Amino acid sequence: MIRFLFKRLALTIPTFFALMFITFVMLRLVPGDPIEVRRGERGISPERLAQLRHEMGLDQPVWKQFLDYVNALLHGDFGTSIVSKSPVLHEFLTLFPATLELTLTAMIFAVVLGVPAGVIAASRRGGVYDQTLMGLALTGYSMPIFWWGLILVLVMSNTLHLTPVSGRVDLIKYYYPSVTGFMLIDSILSGQKGAFWDAVRHLILPMIVLGTVPLAVIARMTRSSMLEVLEEDYVRTARAKGLSWTRVVGVHALRNALIPVVTVIGLQVGGLLAGAVLTETIFSWPGVGKWLIESINRRDYPALQGGIMLIATIVILVNLFIDLLYGLINPRIRHAK
Amino acid sequence: MPSDASLPAATTTPAPPGPIRAFWRAFRENRGAVLGLAVVSLIFFIAVFAPLLAPYNPTEQFRGFSKLPPFWVEGSDPRFILGTDAVGRDMLSRLMYGARVSLFIGLSVMVVSMVVGVALGLVSAFFGGFIDVLIIRIMDLVMAIPSLVLAILIIAIIGPNLTNTIVAVTIVGLPRYVRLVRASALTELTKDYVTAAKVSGVRKFRLMTVTVLPNCLAPLIVQAALGLSDAILEAAGLGFLGLGAQPPTPEWGAMLADTRDLMLSHPWVMAFPGLAILITVLAINLMGDGLRDALDPRLRRS
Amino acid sequence: MKFNKLLGAALLASSMLVAGAANAKTLVYCSEGSPENFTPSINTTGTSFDAARPVYNRLVQFTPGTTQVEPALAESWTVSPDGLTITFKLRPGVKFHSGVNGFTPTRDLNAEDVIWSFDRQWKPDHPYAKVSAGSYDYFNDMAMPDLLESITKGDDDMTVVFKLKKPNAPIIANLAMDFAAIHSAEYAKYLLDKGTPEQFDQIPVGTGSFSFVDYQKDAVIRFKAFDGWAGKPKIDDLVYAITPDATARYAKLKANECQVMIAPNPADLGDMKSNPDVNVLEQAGLNIGYYAMNNQKPPFDKPEVRKAFAMAIDRDAIIKEVYQGAGQKAKNLIPPTMWSYDDSVQDVAYDPEKAKKMLEEAGVKDLKIDIWWMPVQRPYNPNAKRMAEMIQADLAKIGVESTLVSYEWGEYRKRMQAGEHMTGMLGWTGDNGDPDNFFAVLLGCNAEGKPNGNNIPKWCNAKFQEVVNKAATITDQAERTKLYQEAQKIQAEEMPQVNIAHSTVFEPIRKSVTGYKVSPLGSHEFQNVDITE
Repeated sequence: MIRFLFKRLALTIPTFFALMFITFVMLRLVPGDPIEVRRGERGISPERLAQLRHEMGLDQPVWKQFLDYVNALLHGDFGTSIVSKSPVLHEFLTLFPATLELTLTAMIFAVVLGVPAGVIAASRRGGVYDQTLMGLALTGYSMPIFWWGLILVLVMSNTLHLTPVSGRVDLIKYYYPSVTGFMLIDSILSGQKGAFWDAVRHLILPMIVLGTVPLAVIARMTRSSMLEVLEEDYVRTARAKGLSWTRVVGVHALRNALIPVVTVIGLQVGGLLAGAVLTETIFSWPGVGKWLIESINRRDYPALQGGIMLIATIVILVNLFIDLLYGLINPRIRHAK
Repeated sequence: MPSDASLPAATTTPAPPGPIRAFWRAFRENRGAVLGLAVVSLIFFIAVFAPLLAPYNPTEQFRGFSKLPPFWVEGSDPRFILGTDAVGRDMLSRLMYGARVSLFIGLSVMVVSMVVGVALGLVSAFFGGFIDVLIIRIMDLVMAIPSLVLAILIIAIIGPNLTNTIVAVTIVGLPRYVRLVRASALTELTKDYVTAAKVSGVRKFRLMTVTVLPNCLAPLIVQAALGLSDAILEAAGLGFLGLGAQPPTPEWGAMLADTRDLMLSHPWVMAFPGLAILITVLAINLMGDGLRDALDPRLRRS
Repeated sequence: MKFNKLLGAALLASSMLVAGAANAKTLVYCSEGSPENFTPSINTTGTSFDAARPVYNRLVQFTPGTTQVEPALAESWTVSPDGLTITFKLRPGVKFHSGVNGFTPTRDLNAEDVIWSFDRQWKPDHPYAKVSAGSYDYFNDMAMPDLLESITKGDDDMTVVFKLKKPNAPIIANLAMDFAAIHSAEYAKYLLDKGTPEQFDQIPVGTGSFSFVDYQKDAVIRFKAFDGWAGKPKIDDLVYAITPDATARYAKLKANECQVMIAPNPADLGDMKSNPDVNVLEQAGLNIGYYAMNNQKPPFDKPEVRKAFAMAIDRDAIIKEVYQGAGQKAKNLIPPTMWSYDDSVQDVAYDPEKAKKMLEEAGVKDLKIDIWWMPVQRPYNPNAKRMAEMIQADLAKIGVESTLVSYEWGEYRKRMQAGEHMTGMLGWTGDNGDPDNFFAVLLGCNAEGKPNGNNIPKWCNAKFQEVVNKAATITDQAERTKLYQEAQKIQAEEMPQVNIAHSTVFEPIRKSVTGYKVSPLGSHEFQNVDITE
């Protein structure tokens, strides 16, 4: 197991360097210039542009910039945002909890609703429940989430006034320090009455929008995995022995059926982060997805570079973790290579 | 490559190469799939014959008739069945022409991904070693960056237009094809018929394309159907962010973005492009489910 | 360090809670984006200026709601007869914010602070010149390095003397702009000693009516009232809720989650005006959105062709669909609220038939052009893409075929300034209310008769240039008015570009808010605002 772990870790190191290199080169290929962008319609004289580019080190050869960048990165320095002039790592860390809170709750939402839906559908195979649930799941899976978000805002917030339209907290009623960056936790720590409920109300629509596709995927996966398990001999035997249906499905079948589901959940992480970009844009959610899009528009190279590196690192680590987990569940894989 | 194990294809047997009639019989049983196929055919029909079917030119502006609601709502104009957009263009005509754009993007992405994905996947499986590692690592890289961010970056480099949307969406979706083909081919390579072919001296290229590839086709076809709907969604997402087809091309995602400021005052204008995307993608997915079940009941999509 | 910060924030939160019990008045302003940082001199966006404005003052300021200049940190000033020396007398007893970022000022404002604030933008050897890689865009844009000879202390600590290289009429108005904010030299030294000078631009200390409390990127900025030289504001807490989406801002306003909001969707104005809880304030914007034809590319070298284009574009429809009525058809370069506006200029009427004939007479046939549209939303043009689609349709009616072109924003402007376009749209928002800021910037040419960068139609007219140059050097407003009116007549005659519209700035506020004034310069100020239950 340890050997396997080391092997996998060693394999990711070149990936990191390649990632660093590719993002760096790609960003230098993007037409546009951070200084030009922030000048808007005012423009800038060529002399001053040259001077500013020199001060920012943008006039150096790309390979030199890259070496400087790698050197700084090895010292834990992700650079400084051209726009805000504050360290990229600092910006990322202030924004990331918001994204994490959103993606985690969306995942929980998807699992909590998706698994039971899949189980119910499987146990009533071909029935009305099965068809309705799977029809809904396929619709969710086909949903353009940017549109779904707008429709939900229109109905839930603007027409029914059930939820706030954007932001994470009601700024007039509540003010508490950001301790963990997770509003759900900070609101409890603050001890202010109603603060937690307020945070939940703000979170609920973005969570639904981001959780819709994973919910559909998990429901479908659970159903098919469950159907397969229900065909197995030991389940038939259990049924024949007269064990109650609930017991058979709930205890014996579900446990085995969930193994592939767990993998699917892990594979959704990358998709969730991509979905977060659109969700955060629609709900003005102060997370890293929105920040990355804005950084592209502003040609804020250091922020983009650092942001992509950090996000990609998280995705790679999660995938590594899943591989390990899978290796634990299924020992054959360890020895396959 | 342990994560391959999560791909269902690695543990399945290929669909038995039966006659098309058997496939159709199986497909027909699935009512949802037939419905999906019918809707997809209809949309395809509309897309092809949009110039004949659409009541107006999709870029013609009827000044003084902007932001009209659809016919069943008060204040509508019977000449514009689904109403008009922000500058008075007929919504129905734009949706019909929009189907052209979306299907064109989706099919192009699918075809290019299939060709490139099959090539890279087969090469990776057959040559192994350094080439294999290189290809798989690059695919991992692509997968590590959130797809939308990567697509936006690519568009930022090559500029926003229809062709470049296809390029960006293809690159972002490519790893799925490559990994699928590679995994299927690796499974096939262990089989007796391949060994037999090798022993009888079949050349490598022929082995790859004629012997092994046809047996990897079943999961690939399912992936292609999936890829088609994914591509349409991704392209619409890019259009929504203003990075897809350029004005005045009637692209559904861009139509949605154009009317975001009218969301409160004229919700109808926003409703239709989104519905068009949803219905198209849903129909393709229904059809894809049917394809999967018919080709191999044990193939699963996640 | 981190723990201390947390503890500080927690203490602060609890102290605000206590204040909350005593019915603290909180005003929430729904702003549209995160500031770049809190030092106006290194920033360029209105959003950033708005975020720093509660904290800072300048020597002089624009009277709220106008472009008139009034005394602020300078009580009074005198200009020498030759126009080369301006002497500012500073207001005594002006206090800096105390307790922000652990800094406690030991003295009141004096000449040192003023000199420090300008030297940072000017002198490369200033200890803060390189902090935050500041590029001091506005200081350079307003040509301050070319104008300033020196800034020195006068006879006492409370006098500052500006020596100029040449007389300049608009400089007093320039000093009311945000880049001229006065910082605390003492705070700067405090941070330098602490080894954290970069915090200077992230945690601001000034003399303004509100002191900085807390900022969470993309979420919120908090200020609290400060009892300074201008008196204690009527509200206790000022909160900026950063809400990029206009629809969301309005929803928050309706729910009383904020009381003042920036930039409503023009399409929502109807609903806002009928909402009993909302007042919609409006003010003619100090801006121009225009459609420029590249005069150096045929057939746009012919005035008849340019006029035909102006006639072919249905600007009334554009005002209706692009500005949703929140704009005013433009016939001159400057908006009607600006002094020297010439109302006698005859506007071009929409007449596609005549336009078509004029094109034929000019011998233009089968014309194929490109129309450039900006990829961003600007105050003077809320939807360039929509405008481009409409102009395209209008031009099709006179037989001109066009393709729509756009680039990333920085690239777009750069290419346009280089004259790569055939036709395209851009615009301008005034900085200081001076007509020179429009005429010389937008249609100016250099001594060799080459168009300046911001001259997008690439149009040079010797007569026009002479008039505008002359107007900048004299101080008598009546005389300047005459010259600028002549310039407007020349422009109407030559039609280098089609002036589309001056947008109207709308600001919806809750009825409970009193004393709020919309600024023609697009800034947001809360010094005199009160809120009633």
